Amino acid sequence: MTDIPSSKALMSPVAAAPDVATGDRSRRPRAAIRTAQLREYGLVFALAVITLFFEYTTGGVLFQPLNLSNLIMQNSYVVVMALGMLLVIVAGHIDLSVGSLVAFVGALAALLMVRFGFDPISASLVCLMVGAGIGGLQGYFVAYLAIPSFIVTLAGMLVLRGLTQALLQGTSIGPFPEAFQLLSKGYLANVAGSSTSLLIALVLVTALVGLNWRRRTAQIRYGSPADSPAAFIVRNGVAAILILAFAYQMSVYRGLPNVLLVLFVLVMLYGFVTTRTTIGRRIYALGGNIKAARLSGIKTERLTFLTFANMGALAGLGGLIFVARLNTANPKAGVGFELDVIAACFIGGASAAGGIGKVSGVVIGAFIIGIMNNGMSMMGIGVDWQQVIKGIVLLAAVCLDVHNKNNRL
Amino acid sequence: MPPILEMRGISKAFPGVKALDDVNLTVEPGEIHALVGENGAGKSTLMKVLSGVYPHGTYEGEITYEGRPGHFRAISDSERLGIVIIHQELALVPDLSIAENIFLGNEQARFGIIDRERTCARCRELMALVGLDESPDTLVTHLGVGKQQLVEIAKALSKAVRLLILDEPTASLSEPDSEALLRLLLRFKDQGIASILISHKLNEISRVADRITVLRDGTSVETLDCRTTAIDEDRIIRGMVGRAMASRYPTREPRIGDVLMEVSDWTAHHPVHADRPVVRNVSLNLRRGEIVGIAGLMGSGRTELAMSLFGRSYGQGISGRVTIDGAEVDVSTIDRAIAAGLAYVTEDRKQLGLILGEDIAKNTTLANLPGVSTATVIDRDAEHRIAGAYRTKMRIRSFGVAQQAVNLSGGNQQKVVLSKWLFTEPKVLILDEPTRGIDVGAKYEIYTIINELAGDGRGVLMISSEMPELLGLCDRIYVMNEGRFVGEFRRADASQEAIMRAIMRSKDLNG
Repeated sequence: MTDIPSSKALMSPVAAAPDVATGDRSRRPRAAIRTAQLREYGLVFALAVITLFFEYTTGGVLFQPLNLSNLIMQNSYVVVMALGMLLVIVAGHIDLSVGSLVAFVGALAALLMVRFGFDPISASLVCLMVGAGIGGLQGYFVAYLAIPSFIVTLAGMLVLRGLTQALLQGTSIGPFPEAFQLLSKGYLANVAGSSTSLLIALVLVTALVGLNWRRRTAQIRYGSPADSPAAFIVRNGVAAILILAFAYQMSVYRGLPNVLLVLFVLVMLYGFVTTRTTIGRRIYALGGNIKAARLSGIKTERLTFLTFANMGALAGLGGLIFVARLNTANPKAGVGFELDVIAACFIGGASAAGGIGKVSGVVIGAFIIGIMNNGMSMMGIGVDWQQVIKGIVLLAAVCLDVHNKNNRL
Repeated sequence: MPPILEMRGISKAFPGVKALDDVNLTVEPGEIHALVGENGAGKSTLMKVLSGVYPHGTYEGEITYEGRPGHFRAISDSERLGIVIIHQELALVPDLSIAENIFLGNEQARFGIIDRERTCARCRELMALVGLDESPDTLVTHLGVGKQQLVEIAKALSKAVRLLILDEPTASLSEPDSEALLRLLLRFKDQGIASILISHKLNEISRVADRITVLRDGTSVETLDCRTTAIDEDRIIRGMVGRAMASRYPTREPRIGDVLMEVSDWTAHHPVHADRPVVRNVSLNLRRGEIVGIAGLMGSGRTELAMSLFGRSYGQGISGRVTIDGAEVDVSTIDRAIAAGLAYVTEDRKQLGLILGEDIAKNTTLANLPGVSTATVIDRDAEHRIAGAYRTKMRIRSFGVAQQAVNLSGGNQQKVVLSKWLFTEPKVLILDEPTRGIDVGAKYEIYTIINELAGDGRGVLMISSEMPELLGLCDRIYVMNEGRFVGEFRRADASQEAIMRAIMRSKDLNG
């Protein structure tokens, strides 16, 4: 190691206080930052590889307008619930009951609209509130009675599944009013003709690049790590081309689905809440170190309660989107959804220990799962092997994450 | 006699940093060899090389142990040869008994079935050796830190230790417990067990060490022999920081004003055993610009007093009154205590003070997020500006405020915690062991900051187990024992002996 210049010169302490050498110094921060960035690129890269793989093996069907449209609709409820699950996982908990809650809310929506003739809007509002209430109730046990979330929501999973069957009395209820089905099946009005989607995408791309540029300027001002100009152009250029290409494909079919608008609004909202608001910051702090958060005056119990109530509301929305798409509520709906949702979070880089996870990662994670589901079905792979492959991908993603973290130390 | 251990030319690099650079260390049989150096000087890394945490081949240089090359691939390799390391963070399982902990991984068993009688008998022998008077079945979680330390040492003895390595064993011990531990080391020395003692407490080192190796910036600077010449603390410090230090405590002209905070008849009970009082009828007052110390032994109720005051974050059945600026304030929850102007800087900054995975900026604003946000939306610009200002003011050494707290040294972490609490604009700061585990140079800086805080007209209540620190900094010192205040000294009247006398006298009265 003689070829490495003596580190003494680099590490020589800076004198600050009189007559005292100050030995404090920071250790290896750059490497940690680089790994974090690499992780994000790795995720995008994985999504790209999986997409291209299925595009190739399905003979180009994956990107066809009709399939693309289906892909969005099939995965919308996973993304919606993954946003809620992200907060639950960041807070250091888990929610196993979301699949059953989807079925329960779907059944409730069917009863209200089909049996009792509620109009879709008030029925949906009731369903969202019931979802939030059930989530909140579970959150109460977790937050205030300190029962492990795994157990509370496992119980919730059983109870809600049973209640769903009781509500539906073993049968399916449908069809739903036309207006309600638009939530999942409708498309945005093409006010400007067939190029409406492209125009919307163009506005979006402009806004995105503008925001990213502002963010980069701010990062440089704070001295945080920021993209080099070349990296910025590549990153934003690729994103812009992808969005525009996607919009073009959609415009060839029927335009942008309504549910995409719902997704867009929610993703933006949760992205903002997690990164820019005090409540988001506090949830991350709570998951990162609950004792330190509590001693900093953060009301950790209330915050935990709220993340579960929020999860319940989003599971309710997921349930509404799901039944609107199927046009019927049945007792077996949503079986295993909790696993897709939780897998999306962990593939997207959330840490099982809490405190770590990003909305962007979770959205990518959800689409990795969605594209795999879609692609494998089109390839004619049976459900049996699909599960095997999904399980292996989840394990591999988390192994990679743990490996990266260990390398940082 | 040939040395028991010889480490020659040890170098160890991490990505971007050379942690050790040509370090030499020789330990003779039956000596107490002290290893000193500031935090980050490489002491712990060197011990990890020795014990096999960093396996042979991941570092450069040669280790010779008892005349043979020591190529340790794992801790088990070095332990088999009698090298046992006791880490600063104790490696005990809290919910297992003393006996189970001592023989963990080394169970007294035949064909996989544990022999309880033999375990108990051997455990008693070992406990007698270290002077631990407890039942072998006592759960470790019910022991104080001092006794837990003894369990660790008993565990080491059970492995036929020949070279005992202690990493800051007395950092969290009270004076008498430290004293007992040092006497134990001296006894081991008589029995021919060599020890390597890593410590920041120079008074202890100059008392028990035979030789002292000083590490600075990853290299071994010198080895001082205490048997031939007397080595005083200043001499060691000179080696550690590279030059002489004029004073260990910065000077300050106290400007003491009106009474700021008064606590009367404060009582708190144990969180599990509701009938056990931990703080009993404590009354105290604190003036503007005053630094008041709370001295006492480990377990005397100092931290419990501080935390129960700070939003009842400790204990139950809490009663008493707190007034600030003459008006009674509500400190029943942490956010109310913060609003009332209290701040508590914990003794355990890693577990209780920081979100280690978050950056400096986020840690700085955590206790006062409304201070950087409008309508719950955080102004990141303001956040970075404020964190940057504290970074400059506190002289936090980092690459900007986007650096994760986990990558900072102890002293810089403590400055981040202090920044966090200063940003809540407290009137009263309660500092619990503010310099624990911090090296000499950074300690001076923390002292300077504490003096500045008092200079700004705040009241500082400071808990410390290091009496010289209290005597060097405080205007007034309360002495606490068994949950009560048993003495109060002005700076001029205070001395280590007087404080210890107050503690011992109160024991006689109670006992």
